[in-house]
Amino acid sequence: MFHIIRDIQASIRSLVILAFLTVAMPQIAIAAEHLSITGSSTVAPLALEIAKRFEKLNPGIRIDVQTGGSSRGINDARRGLADIGMVSRALKGTEKDLAAHTIATDGIGIILHRDNPVAQLTDDQIRAIYTGKIRNWSELGGTDRPITVVNKAGGRSTLELFLHHFGLGNSQIKASVIIGDNQQGIKTVAGNPGAIGYVSIGTAEYEEQRGIGIKRPIVNGAAASIASVRAGEFPLSRPLNLVTRGEISEWSKRFILFAQSAAVDDLVEGQFFVSRQH
Amino acid sequence: MTWWKGSSLSRGNTNRLNIDRLIEPPLRLAGFVCAAILLLILLFLMKEAAPVLSNGGWRLLIADTGWYPTEGLFGILPMLVASLMVMLGAIVLAGPIGLGCAIFLQYYAPPVTAKAFRLLLSLLAGMPSVVLGLWGLTVLVPIIGSWQPPGTSLLAAIIVLALMVVPTMALASASALSSVPSSLMNGGAALGLTLRARICFIALSTARTGIRSAALLSMARAIGETMVVLMVAGNVVQYPSGLFEPVRVLTANIALEMAYATDLHRAGLFASALLLTLIVLVLAWMAARSGRRDMQYG
Repeated sequence: MFHIIRDIQASIRSLVILAFLTVAMPQIAIAAEHLSITGSSTVAPLALEIAKRFEKLNPGIRIDVQTGGSSRGINDARRGLADIGMVSRALKGTEKDLAAHTIATDGIGIILHRDNPVAQLTDDQIRAIYTGKIRNWSELGGTDRPITVVNKAGGRSTLELFLHHFGLGNSQIKASVIIGDNQQGIKTVAGNPGAIGYVSIGTAEYEEQRGIGIKRPIVNGAAASIASVRAGEFPLSRPLNLVTRGEISEWSKRFILFAQSAAVDDLVEGQFFVSRQH
Repeated sequence: MTWWKGSSLSRGNTNRLNIDRLIEPPLRLAGFVCAAILLLILLFLMKEAAPVLSNGGWRLLIADTGWYPTEGLFGILPMLVASLMVMLGAIVLAGPIGLGCAIFLQYYAPPVTAKAFRLLLSLLAGMPSVVLGLWGLTVLVPIIGSWQPPGTSLLAAIIVLALMVVPTMALASASALSSVPSSLMNGGAALGLTLRARICFIALSTARTGIRSAALLSMARAIGETMVVLMVAGNVVQYPSGLFEPVRVLTANIALEMAYATDLHRAGLFASALLLTLIVLVLAWMAARSGRRDMQYG
Protein backbone atom coordinates (compact mmCIF):
# COMPACT_ATOMS: atom_id res chain seq x y z
CA MET A 1 0.00 0.00 0.00
CA PHE A 2 2.73 2.47 1.02
CA HIS A 3 4.80 2.00 -2.12
CA ILE A 4 1.78 3.00 -4.22
CA ILE A 5 1.52 6.27 -2.28
CA ARG A 6 5.27 6.74 -2.68
CA ASP A 7 4.99 6.25 -6.45
CA ILE A 8 2.19 8.73 -6.68
CA GLN A 9 4.14 11.21 -4.59
CA ALA A 10 7.17 10.78 -6.85
CA SER A 11 5.13 11.27 -10.00
CA ILE A 12 3.40 14.35 -8.59
CA ARG A 13 6.83 15.73 -7.72
CA SER A 14 8.08 15.23 -11.29
CA LEU A 15 4.93 16.82 -12.70
CA VAL A 16 5.38 19.85 -10.45
CA ILE A 17 9.00 20.23 -11.54
CA LEU A 18 7.95 19.94 -15.18
CA ALA A 19 5.22 22.54 -14.74
CA PHE A 20 7.64 24.87 -12.98
CA LEU A 21 10.16 24.53 -15.82
CA THR A 22 7.61 25.30 -18.56
CA VAL A 23 6.34 28.34 -16.69
CA ALA A 24 9.72 29.68 -15.63
CA MET A 25 11.81 29.21 -18.77
CA PRO A 26 10.35 31.97 -21.01
CA GLN A 27 10.70 34.50 -18.16
CA ILE A 28 14.40 33.85 -17.95
CA ALA A 29 14.83 34.30 -21.71
CA ILE A 30 13.40 37.86 -21.87
CA ALA A 31 15.76 40.31 -23.54
CA ALA A 32 16.65 43.77 -22.25
CA GLU A 33 14.77 45.95 -24.79
CA HIS A 34 11.04 45.49 -24.65
CA LEU A 35 8.13 47.01 -26.61
CA SER A 36 4.50 46.38 -25.67
CA ILE A 37 1.57 46.75 -28.05
CA THR A 38 -2.05 46.26 -26.97
CA GLY A 39 -5.53 46.81 -28.38
CA SER A 40 -7.78 45.85 -31.30
CA SER A 41 -8.10 42.15 -32.10
CA THR A 42 -8.46 43.11 -35.78
CA VAL A 43 -5.05 44.74 -35.90
CA ALA A 44 -3.35 42.28 -33.53
CA PRO A 45 -2.69 39.42 -36.04
CA LEU A 46 -1.12 41.90 -38.47
CA ALA A 47 0.87 43.64 -35.72
CA LEU A 48 2.10 40.24 -34.55
CA GLU A 49 3.36 39.33 -38.03
CA ILE A 50 5.05 42.71 -38.41
CA ALA A 51 6.58 42.37 -34.92
CA LYS A 52 8.03 38.95 -35.80
CA ARG A 53 9.74 40.37 -38.87
CA PHE A 54 10.92 43.42 -36.91
CA GLU A 55 12.43 41.19 -34.22
CA LYS A 56 14.24 39.15 -36.85
CA LEU A 57 15.76 42.31 -38.37
CA ASN A 58 16.58 43.84 -34.97
CA PRO A 59 17.99 41.21 -32.62
CA GLY A 60 17.84 42.34 -29.01
CA ILE A 61 14.31 43.72 -29.06
CA ARG A 62 11.29 41.79 -27.82
CA ILE A 63 7.80 42.85 -28.85
CA ASP A 64 4.77 41.75 -26.87
CA VAL A 65 1.37 41.97 -28.64
CA GLN A 66 -1.84 41.64 -26.61
CA THR A 67 -5.48 41.99 -27.64
CA GLY A 68 -8.38 43.51 -25.70
CA GLY A 69 -10.23 45.68 -28.18
CA SER A 70 -9.69 49.16 -29.61
CA SER A 71 -10.81 50.77 -26.35
CA ARG A 72 -8.01 49.02 -24.50
CA GLY A 73 -5.58 50.28 -27.16
CA ILE A 74 -6.72 53.85 -26.50
CA ASN A 75 -6.61 53.47 -22.70
CA ASP A 76 -3.24 51.74 -22.54
CA ALA A 77 -1.58 54.27 -24.85
CA ARG A 78 -3.06 57.13 -22.83
CA ARG A 79 -1.98 55.83 -19.44
CA GLY A 80 1.38 54.64 -20.66
CA LEU A 81 0.56 50.99 -19.87
CA ALA A 82 1.63 50.10 -23.41
CA ASP A 83 4.15 51.74 -25.73
CA ILE A 84 1.77 51.52 -28.69
CA GLY A 85 -2.01 51.01 -28.88
CA MET A 86 -3.89 49.32 -31.74
CA VAL A 87 -7.19 50.86 -32.89
CA SER A 88 -9.27 49.58 -35.81
CA ARG A 89 -11.01 52.89 -36.63
CA ALA A 90 -10.26 56.58 -37.10
CA LEU A 91 -9.70 58.49 -33.85
CA LYS A 92 -12.69 60.37 -32.44
CA GLY A 93 -12.75 64.07 -31.57
CA THR A 94 -12.20 63.29 -27.88
CA GLU A 95 -9.06 61.32 -28.64
CA LYS A 96 -7.01 64.07 -30.20
CA ASP A 97 -4.42 63.79 -27.41
CA LEU A 98 -3.20 60.69 -29.23
CA ALA A 99 -1.35 60.45 -32.54
CA ALA A 100 -2.65 57.92 -35.10
CA HIS A 101 -0.31 56.13 -37.52
CA THR A 102 -2.29 54.28 -40.20
CA ILE A 103 -0.63 50.99 -41.22
CA ALA A 104 -3.37 49.57 -43.47
CA THR A 105 -7.03 49.86 -44.47
CA ASP A 106 -9.74 47.28 -43.96
CA GLY A 107 -12.50 47.31 -46.59
CA ILE A 108 -15.35 44.92 -47.31
CA GLY A 109 -17.16 44.35 -50.55
CA ILE A 110 -20.59 42.87 -51.21
CA ILE A 111 -20.37 39.84 -53.48
CA LEU A 112 -23.01 38.11 -55.63
CA HIS A 113 -22.98 35.03 -57.87
CA ARG A 114 -21.59 35.86 -61.34
CA ASP A 115 -24.88 34.95 -63.08
CA ASN A 116 -26.98 37.27 -60.91
CA PRO A 117 -28.33 40.05 -63.23
CA VAL A 118 -28.57 42.56 -60.33
CA ALA A 119 -25.70 45.02 -60.84
CA GLN A 120 -26.46 47.78 -58.31
CA LEU A 121 -27.72 47.83 -54.73
CA THR A 122 -28.43 50.64 -52.30
CA ASP A 123 -27.60 50.59 -48.58
CA ASP A 124 -31.33 50.39 -47.80
CA GLN A 125 -31.78 47.38 -50.07
CA ILE A 126 -28.86 45.57 -48.43
CA ARG A 127 -30.29 46.35 -45.00
CA ALA A 128 -33.69 44.98 -46.11
CA ILE A 129 -32.09 41.82 -47.53
CA TYR A 130 -30.06 41.14 -44.38
CA THR A 131 -33.02 41.70 -42.04
CA GLY A 132 -35.25 39.40 -44.10
CA LYS A 133 -37.64 42.05 -45.48
CA ILE A 134 -36.64 41.31 -49.08
CA ARG A 135 -36.48 37.57 -49.70
CA ASN A 136 -36.52 37.18 -53.49
CA TRP A 137 -34.28 38.63 -56.20
CA SER A 138 -37.37 39.43 -58.34
CA GLU A 139 -38.16 42.25 -55.87
CA LEU A 140 -34.87 43.86 -56.93
CA GLY A 141 -35.34 43.37 -60.67
CA GLY A 142 -33.52 40.06 -60.80
CA THR A 143 -34.70 36.54 -61.62
CA ASP A 144 -37.32 34.80 -59.50
CA ARG A 145 -35.01 33.11 -57.01
CA PRO A 146 -34.95 33.10 -53.18
CA ILE A 147 -32.11 35.11 -51.65
CA THR A 148 -29.51 33.17 -49.65
CA VAL A 149 -28.11 35.54 -47.03
CA VAL A 150 -24.48 34.75 -46.15
CA ASN A 151 -23.30 36.25 -42.87
CA LYS A 152 -20.03 36.08 -40.92
CA ALA A 153 -19.52 34.32 -37.59
CA GLY A 154 -19.51 36.38 -34.39
CA GLY A 155 -16.39 38.32 -33.44
CA ARG A 156 -14.99 38.75 -36.98
CA SER A 157 -13.80 42.23 -37.87
CA THR A 158 -15.61 42.18 -41.21
CA LEU A 159 -18.88 41.42 -39.38
CA GLU A 160 -18.34 44.33 -36.98
CA LEU A 161 -17.56 46.73 -39.80
CA PHE A 162 -20.60 45.54 -41.77
CA LEU A 163 -22.96 45.85 -38.78
CA HIS A 164 -21.53 49.25 -37.85
CA HIS A 165 -21.88 50.62 -41.38
CA PHE A 166 -25.49 49.49 -41.77
CA GLY A 167 -26.45 50.27 -38.18
CA LEU A 168 -27.61 46.71 -37.43
CA GLY A 169 -27.26 44.34 -34.47
CA ASN A 170 -26.16 40.79 -35.21
CA SER A 171 -29.39 39.37 -33.79
CA GLN A 172 -31.43 41.38 -36.33
CA ILE A 173 -29.83 39.57 -39.25
CA LYS A 174 -31.77 36.66 -40.76
CA ALA A 175 -28.92 34.60 -42.19
CA SER A 176 -29.27 31.39 -44.17
CA VAL A 177 -25.55 30.55 -44.07
CA ILE A 178 -22.89 31.61 -41.58
CA ILE A 179 -19.29 31.36 -42.67
CA GLY A 180 -15.89 31.68 -41.07
CA ASP A 181 -13.14 32.94 -43.33
CA ASN A 182 -13.22 34.84 -46.63
CA GLN A 183 -12.44 31.77 -48.73
CA GLN A 184 -15.43 29.90 -47.39
CA GLY A 185 -17.62 32.91 -48.12
CA ILE A 186 -16.42 33.11 -51.70
CA LYS A 187 -16.92 29.37 -52.30
CA THR A 188 -20.40 29.53 -50.78
CA VAL A 189 -21.48 32.46 -52.98
CA ALA A 190 -19.83 31.01 -56.12
CA GLY A 191 -21.79 27.78 -55.62
CA ASN A 192 -25.21 29.37 -55.13
CA PRO A 193 -26.84 31.64 -57.80
CA GLY A 194 -29.15 33.22 -55.19
CA ALA A 195 -26.48 34.10 -52.63
CA ILE A 196 -25.32 37.46 -51.33
CA GLY A 197 -22.34 37.82 -49.02
CA TYR A 198 -19.55 40.15 -48.01
CA VAL A 199 -15.80 39.54 -47.72
CA SER A 200 -12.59 41.53 -47.47
CA ILE A 201 -12.13 43.49 -50.68
CA GLY A 202 -8.58 42.24 -51.22
CA THR A 203 -9.75 38.62 -51.33
CA ALA A 204 -12.79 39.37 -53.50
CA GLU A 205 -10.79 41.22 -56.14
CA TYR A 206 -8.07 38.56 -56.24
CA GLU A 207 -10.50 35.64 -56.55
CA GLU A 208 -12.61 37.41 -59.17
CA GLN A 209 -9.52 38.00 -61.30
CA ARG A 210 -8.75 34.29 -61.04
CA GLY A 211 -12.11 33.54 -62.68
CA ILE A 212 -14.04 32.37 -59.60
CA GLY A 213 -17.80 32.83 -60.24
CA ILE A 214 -18.48 35.93 -58.14
CA LYS A 215 -19.02 39.61 -58.90
CA ARG A 216 -19.02 42.85 -56.89
CA PRO A 217 -22.14 44.98 -57.45
CA ILE A 218 -21.98 48.77 -57.19
CA VAL A 219 -23.18 49.73 -53.69
CA ASN A 220 -24.70 53.20 -53.23
CA GLY A 221 -22.87 54.37 -56.34
CA ALA A 222 -19.42 53.25 -55.15
CA ALA A 223 -17.45 50.53 -56.90
CA ALA A 224 -15.65 48.23 -54.46
CA SER A 225 -12.00 47.86 -55.37
CA ILE A 226 -8.61 47.91 -53.69
CA ALA A 227 -7.86 51.18 -55.48
CA SER A 228 -10.98 52.96 -54.19
CA VAL A 229 -10.33 51.72 -50.64
CA ARG A 230 -6.70 52.90 -50.82
CA ALA A 231 -7.87 56.30 -52.07
CA GLY A 232 -10.26 56.53 -49.11
CA GLU A 233 -13.30 56.79 -51.41
CA PHE A 234 -15.06 53.59 -50.43
CA PRO A 235 -17.58 53.96 -47.58
CA LEU A 236 -17.40 50.37 -46.27
CA SER A 237 -13.84 50.73 -45.02
CA ARG A 238 -11.86 51.84 -41.99
CA PRO A 239 -8.24 52.66 -41.21
CA LEU A 240 -6.17 50.36 -38.99
CA ASN A 241 -4.11 52.56 -36.70
CA LEU A 242 -1.23 52.37 -34.27
CA VAL A 243 -1.70 55.10 -31.67
CA THR A 244 0.85 56.74 -29.39
CA ARG A 245 0.87 59.63 -26.92
CA GLY A 246 3.41 62.47 -26.70
CA GLU A 247 7.15 61.81 -26.99
CA ILE A 248 7.86 58.20 -27.85
CA SER A 249 10.93 56.01 -27.54
CA GLU A 250 13.38 55.42 -30.36
CA TRP A 251 12.27 51.78 -30.72
CA SER A 252 8.57 52.75 -30.95
CA LYS A 253 9.41 55.27 -33.65
CA ARG A 254 11.39 52.71 -35.62
CA PHE A 255 8.67 50.09 -35.29
CA ILE A 256 5.93 52.46 -36.53
CA LEU A 257 8.03 53.55 -39.51
CA PHE A 258 8.71 49.90 -40.31
CA ALA A 259 4.99 49.02 -40.04
CA GLN A 260 4.18 51.81 -42.51
CA SER A 261 6.91 50.88 -44.99
CA ALA A 262 6.63 48.84 -48.19
CA ALA A 263 8.62 46.09 -46.45
CA VAL A 264 5.44 44.80 -44.80
CA ASP A 265 3.02 45.10 -47.77
CA ASP A 266 3.03 41.32 -48.22
CA LEU A 267 2.05 40.83 -44.55
CA VAL A 268 -0.77 43.40 -44.86
CA GLU A 269 -2.12 41.66 -47.96
CA GLY A 270 -1.69 38.28 -46.28
CA GLN A 271 -4.25 39.43 -43.68
CA PHE A 272 -6.58 40.58 -46.54
CA PHE A 273 -6.17 44.26 -45.71
CA VAL A 274 -5.28 47.00 -48.21
CA SER A 275 -1.71 48.26 -47.92
CA ARG A 276 -0.73 51.93 -47.80
CA GLN A 277 0.16 54.08 -50.79
CA HIS A 278 3.96 54.39 -50.84
CA MET B 1 -2.53 -22.52 -28.33
CA THR B 2 -2.82 -20.44 -25.21
CA TRP B 3 -1.75 -23.01 -22.64
CA TRP B 4 1.66 -23.30 -24.34
CA LYS B 5 2.32 -19.64 -23.69
CA GLY B 6 1.16 -20.03 -20.11
CA SER B 7 3.51 -22.88 -19.32
CA SER B 8 6.52 -21.22 -20.91
CA LEU B 9 5.88 -18.15 -18.77
CA SER B 10 5.58 -20.05 -15.53
CA ARG B 11 8.94 -21.74 -16.16
CA GLY B 12 10.86 -18.46 -15.82
CA ASN B 13 9.02 -17.61 -12.66
CA THR B 14 11.80 -16.11 -10.51
CA ASN B 15 13.19 -13.91 -13.32
CA ARG B 16 9.74 -12.67 -14.14
CA LEU B 17 9.13 -11.38 -10.64
CA ASN B 18 12.22 -9.16 -10.77
CA ILE B 19 11.31 -7.75 -14.16
CA ASP B 20 7.78 -7.16 -12.93
CA ARG B 21 9.07 -5.25 -9.97
CA LEU B 22 11.28 -3.13 -12.21
CA ILE B 23 8.63 -2.48 -14.80
CA GLU B 24 5.75 -1.77 -12.46
CA PRO B 25 6.46 1.84 -11.34
CA PRO B 26 7.00 3.28 -14.85
CA LEU B 27 3.83 1.55 -16.05
CA ARG B 28 1.91 2.87 -13.07
CA LEU B 29 3.30 6.33 -13.77
CA ALA B 30 2.18 6.07 -17.43
CA GLY B 31 -1.32 5.11 -16.34
CA PHE B 32 -1.38 7.87 -13.75
CA VAL B 33 -0.23 10.48 -16.30
CA CYS B 34 -2.96 9.39 -18.74
CA ALA B 35 -5.67 9.72 -16.12
CA ALA B 36 -4.18 13.00 -14.90
CA ILE B 37 -4.21 14.47 -18.42
CA LEU B 38 -7.90 13.71 -18.86
CA LEU B 39 -8.63 15.17 -15.44
CA LEU B 40 -6.51 18.26 -16.14
CA ILE B 41 -8.31 18.84 -19.46
CA LEU B 42 -11.67 18.67 -17.71
CA LEU B 43 -10.47 21.00 -14.94
CA PHE B 44 -9.00 23.40 -17.52
CA LEU B 45 -12.27 23.48 -19.48
CA MET B 46 -14.24 24.11 -16.28
CA LYS B 47 -11.88 26.87 -15.20
CA GLU B 48 -12.05 28.63 -18.58
CA ALA B 49 -15.84 28.25 -18.79
CA ALA B 50 -16.32 29.43 -15.20
CA PRO B 51 -17.09 33.12 -16.01
CA VAL B 52 -20.15 31.99 -17.97
CA LEU B 53 -21.15 29.09 -15.72
CA SER B 54 -20.83 30.78 -12.33
CA ASN B 55 -23.53 32.86 -10.61
CA GLY B 56 -26.27 30.71 -12.13
CA GLY B 57 -25.01 31.64 -15.59
CA TRP B 58 -25.29 28.01 -16.67
CA ARG B 59 -29.05 28.51 -16.68
CA LEU B 60 -28.60 31.11 -19.42
CA LEU B 61 -27.00 28.44 -21.61
CA ILE B 62 -30.29 26.56 -21.54
CA ALA B 63 -32.76 29.45 -21.30
CA ASP B 64 -31.39 32.00 -23.78
CA THR B 65 -33.14 32.16 -27.13
CA GLY B 66 -30.12 32.66 -29.33
CA TRP B 67 -26.34 32.57 -29.51
CA TYR B 68 -25.20 36.20 -29.77
CA PRO B 69 -22.29 36.25 -27.30
CA THR B 70 -21.32 39.85 -28.08
CA GLU B 71 -24.86 40.88 -27.14
CA GLY B 72 -24.86 38.73 -24.00
CA LEU B 73 -27.02 35.84 -25.26
CA PHE B 74 -25.53 32.38 -24.76
CA GLY B 75 -28.23 29.90 -25.82
CA ILE B 76 -26.32 26.66 -26.44
CA LEU B 77 -29.18 24.15 -26.66
CA PRO B 78 -29.92 24.55 -30.42
CA MET B 79 -26.32 23.61 -31.15
CA LEU B 80 -26.47 20.61 -28.82
CA VAL B 81 -29.62 19.37 -30.58
CA ALA B 82 -28.00 19.95 -33.98
CA SER B 83 -24.87 18.04 -32.92
CA LEU B 84 -26.91 15.06 -31.75
CA MET B 85 -29.09 15.05 -34.90
CA VAL B 86 -26.08 15.19 -37.21
CA MET B 87 -24.47 12.35 -35.26
CA LEU B 88 -27.59 10.15 -35.28
CA GLY B 89 -28.31 10.89 -38.95
CA ALA B 90 -24.76 9.94 -39.91
CA ILE B 91 -24.87 6.63 -38.01
CA VAL B 92 -28.33 5.75 -39.38
CA LEU B 93 -26.91 6.14 -42.91
CA ALA B 94 -23.42 4.80 -42.32
CA GLY B 95 -24.25 1.98 -39.88
CA PRO B 96 -26.08 -0.38 -42.28
CA ILE B 97 -23.78 0.47 -45.19
CA GLY B 98 -20.66 -0.11 -43.08
CA LEU B 99 -22.01 -3.36 -41.68
CA GLY B 100 -22.92 -4.49 -45.21
CA CYS B 101 -19.37 -3.73 -46.35
CA ALA B 102 -18.00 -5.73 -43.40
CA ILE B 103 -20.19 -8.77 -44.16
CA PHE B 104 -19.25 -8.65 -47.85
CA LEU B 105 -15.58 -8.33 -46.95
CA GLN B 106 -15.67 -11.17 -44.44
CA TYR B 107 -17.91 -13.79 -46.09
CA TYR B 108 -18.72 -13.06 -49.73
CA ALA B 109 -15.76 -11.36 -51.39
CA PRO B 110 -13.24 -13.59 -53.21
CA PRO B 111 -9.78 -13.25 -51.58
CA VAL B 112 -8.34 -10.89 -54.23
CA THR B 113 -11.39 -8.61 -54.17
CA ALA B 114 -11.42 -8.67 -50.37
CA LYS B 115 -7.79 -7.58 -50.24
CA ALA B 116 -8.38 -4.72 -52.69
CA PHE B 117 -11.61 -3.71 -50.96
CA ARG B 118 -9.95 -3.64 -47.54
CA LEU B 119 -7.17 -1.44 -48.95
CA LEU B 120 -9.80 0.87 -50.43
CA LEU B 121 -11.60 1.17 -47.09
CA SER B 122 -8.31 1.91 -45.28
CA LEU B 123 -7.53 4.62 -47.81
CA LEU B 124 -10.98 6.12 -47.35
CA ALA B 125 -10.56 5.98 -43.55
CA GLY B 126 -7.25 7.81 -43.82
CA MET B 127 -8.54 10.51 -46.14
CA PRO B 128 -8.22 13.98 -44.58
CA SER B 129 -11.71 15.06 -43.61
CA VAL B 130 -11.15 18.55 -45.03
CA VAL B 131 -10.97 16.99 -48.52
CA LEU B 132 -14.42 15.48 -48.01
CA GLY B 133 -15.59 18.88 -46.76
CA LEU B 134 -14.29 20.62 -49.85
CA TRP B 135 -16.07 18.09 -52.03
CA GLY B 136 -19.24 18.62 -50.02
CA LEU B 137 -19.01 22.41 -50.33
CA THR B 138 -18.28 22.53 -54.06
CA VAL B 139 -20.29 19.55 -55.34
CA LEU B 140 -22.90 18.28 -52.89
CA VAL B 141 -24.10 21.65 -51.51
CA PRO B 142 -24.82 23.18 -54.97
CA ILE B 143 -26.75 20.03 -55.94
CA ILE B 144 -28.94 20.21 -52.83
CA GLY B 145 -29.11 23.99 -53.24
CA SER B 146 -30.48 23.84 -56.79
CA TRP B 147 -33.34 21.78 -55.40
CA GLN B 148 -33.84 23.27 -51.91
CA PRO B 149 -31.81 26.48 -51.38
CA PRO B 150 -29.51 27.36 -49.69
CA GLY B 151 -28.07 23.82 -49.86
CA THR B 152 -25.83 24.15 -46.83
CA SER B 153 -27.99 22.10 -44.50
CA LEU B 154 -28.44 19.35 -41.95
CA LEU B 155 -28.79 16.89 -44.84
CA ALA B 156 -25.48 17.92 -46.42
CA ALA B 157 -23.72 17.52 -43.06
CA ILE B 158 -25.27 14.10 -42.49
CA ILE B 159 -24.33 12.80 -45.96
CA VAL B 160 -20.71 13.97 -45.82
CA LEU B 161 -20.24 12.72 -42.25
CA ALA B 162 -21.81 9.37 -43.16
CA LEU B 163 -19.28 9.04 -46.00
CA MET B 164 -16.55 9.84 -43.51
CA VAL B 165 -17.52 7.23 -40.92
CA VAL B 166 -18.49 4.36 -43.28
CA PRO B 167 -14.87 3.07 -43.43
CA THR B 168 -14.55 3.28 -39.61
CA MET B 169 -17.80 1.36 -39.21
CA ALA B 170 -16.85 -1.19 -41.89
CA LEU B 171 -13.30 -1.92 -40.68
CA ALA B 172 -14.26 -2.12 -36.99
CA SER B 173 -17.26 -4.38 -37.74
CA ALA B 174 -15.12 -6.58 -39.99
CA SER B 175 -12.62 -7.10 -37.21
CA ALA B 176 -15.49 -7.96 -34.83
CA LEU B 177 -16.81 -10.51 -37.36
CA SER B 178 -13.36 -12.01 -37.93
CA SER B 179 -13.08 -12.75 -34.20
CA VAL B 180 -16.18 -15.00 -34.32
CA PRO B 181 -14.77 -18.49 -33.54
CA SER B 182 -14.65 -20.57 -36.71
CA SER B 183 -15.86 -23.57 -34.66
CA LEU B 184 -19.25 -21.86 -34.32
CA MET B 185 -19.49 -21.15 -38.04
CA ASN B 186 -18.35 -24.67 -38.92
CA GLY B 187 -20.86 -26.11 -36.47
CA GLY B 188 -23.58 -24.15 -38.22
CA ALA B 189 -22.42 -25.44 -41.57
CA ALA B 190 -22.46 -29.00 -40.21
CA LEU B 191 -26.07 -28.51 -39.17
CA GLY B 192 -26.85 -27.67 -42.78
CA LEU B 193 -27.40 -23.93 -42.33
CA THR B 194 -26.94 -21.78 -45.42
CA LEU B 195 -24.27 -19.05 -45.39
CA ARG B 196 -27.02 -16.44 -45.09
CA ALA B 197 -28.48 -18.15 -41.99
CA ARG B 198 -25.03 -18.61 -40.43
CA ILE B 199 -24.29 -14.87 -40.88
CA CYS B 200 -27.68 -13.75 -39.58
CA PHE B 201 -28.02 -16.07 -36.59
CA ILE B 202 -24.45 -16.99 -35.60
CA ALA B 203 -21.93 -14.37 -36.76
CA LEU B 204 -23.96 -11.21 -36.17
CA SER B 205 -25.25 -12.27 -32.77
CA THR B 206 -21.82 -13.45 -31.57
CA ALA B 207 -20.11 -10.27 -32.77
CA ARG B 208 -22.82 -7.91 -31.59
CA THR B 209 -20.70 -6.34 -28.85
CA GLY B 210 -17.94 -5.54 -31.31
CA ILE B 211 -20.45 -4.16 -33.82
CA ARG B 212 -22.04 -2.00 -31.15
CA SER B 213 -18.60 -0.68 -30.23
CA ALA B 214 -17.95 0.03 -33.91
CA ALA B 215 -21.17 2.06 -34.06
CA LEU B 216 -20.30 4.00 -30.88
CA LEU B 217 -16.78 4.65 -32.19
CA SER B 218 -18.27 5.96 -35.45
CA MET B 219 -20.68 8.15 -33.49
CA ALA B 220 -17.87 9.62 -31.39
CA ARG B 221 -15.97 10.35 -34.60
CA ALA B 222 -19.04 11.98 -36.15
CA ILE B 223 -19.81 14.25 -33.21
CA GLY B 224 -16.17 15.29 -32.85
CA GLU B 225 -15.72 16.16 -36.51
CA THR B 226 -15.29 19.87 -37.13
CA MET B 227 -14.04 21.02 -40.54
CA VAL B 228 -16.47 19.00 -42.64
CA VAL B 229 -19.53 20.17 -40.74
CA LEU B 230 -18.25 23.74 -40.62
CA MET B 231 -18.01 23.78 -44.41
CA VAL B 232 -21.36 22.25 -45.36
CA ALA B 233 -23.83 22.77 -42.50
CA GLY B 234 -24.55 26.49 -42.92
CA ASN B 235 -23.74 27.29 -39.26
CA VAL B 236 -26.93 29.18 -38.46
CA VAL B 237 -27.75 28.74 -34.76
CA GLN B 238 -31.33 27.37 -34.72
CA TYR B 239 -33.29 24.26 -33.88
CA PRO B 240 -33.33 22.18 -37.08
CA SER B 241 -36.92 22.14 -38.31
CA GLY B 242 -36.18 20.11 -41.43
CA LEU B 243 -33.43 18.30 -43.30
CA PHE B 244 -32.85 21.29 -45.59
CA GLU B 245 -32.39 23.82 -42.78
CA PRO B 246 -28.90 25.11 -41.97
CA VAL B 247 -27.63 24.19 -38.48
CA ARG B 248 -24.56 24.85 -36.34
CA VAL B 249 -22.92 22.10 -34.30
CA LEU B 250 -20.86 22.55 -31.12
CA THR B 251 -17.49 21.82 -32.73
CA ALA B 252 -18.10 24.24 -35.61
CA ASN B 253 -19.13 26.89 -33.10
CA ILE B 254 -15.77 26.67 -31.36
CA ALA B 255 -13.77 26.63 -34.60
CA LEU B 256 -15.70 29.55 -36.10
CA GLU B 257 -15.40 31.93 -33.21
CA MET B 258 -12.48 30.97 -30.98
CA ALA B 259 -9.82 32.94 -32.87
CA TYR B 260 -11.74 36.17 -32.37
CA ALA B 261 -13.42 35.68 -29.01
CA THR B 262 -12.57 37.54 -25.82
CA ASP B 263 -13.83 37.53 -22.21
CA LEU B 264 -17.33 36.09 -21.75
CA HIS B 265 -17.62 35.11 -25.40
CA ARG B 266 -14.48 33.00 -25.00
CA ALA B 267 -15.83 31.47 -21.80
CA GLY B 268 -19.05 30.58 -23.64
CA LEU B 269 -17.02 28.70 -26.25
CA PHE B 270 -15.21 26.80 -23.49
CA ALA B 271 -18.64 25.87 -22.13
CA SER B 272 -19.42 24.39 -25.59
CA ALA B 273 -16.18 22.42 -25.39
CA LEU B 274 -17.01 21.15 -21.90
CA LEU B 275 -20.43 19.96 -23.06
CA LEU B 276 -18.89 18.22 -26.06
CA THR B 277 -16.32 16.47 -23.87
CA LEU B 278 -19.07 15.25 -21.55
CA ILE B 279 -21.04 13.82 -24.50
CA VAL B 280 -17.99 11.91 -25.73
CA LEU B 281 -17.36 10.62 -22.18
CA VAL B 282 -20.97 9.39 -22.01
CA LEU B 283 -20.54 7.61 -25.38
CA ALA B 284 -17.35 5.94 -24.12
CA TRP B 285 -19.05 4.93 -20.88
CA MET B 286 -21.96 3.42 -22.84
CA ALA B 287 -19.53 1.45 -24.98
CA ALA B 288 -17.75 0.11 -21.90
CA ARG B 289 -21.02 -0.73 -20.17
CA SER B 290 -22.56 -2.59 -23.11
CA GLY B 291 -19.37 -4.64 -23.38
CA ARG B 292 -19.52 -5.61 -19.70
CA ARG B 293 -23.19 -6.59 -19.81
CA ASP B 294 -22.59 -8.88 -22.76
CA MET B 295 -19.72 -10.57 -20.94
CA GLN B 296 -22.09 -11.38 -18.08
CA TYR B 297 -25.07 -12.67 -20.03
CA GLY B 298 -23.74 -13.38 -23.48
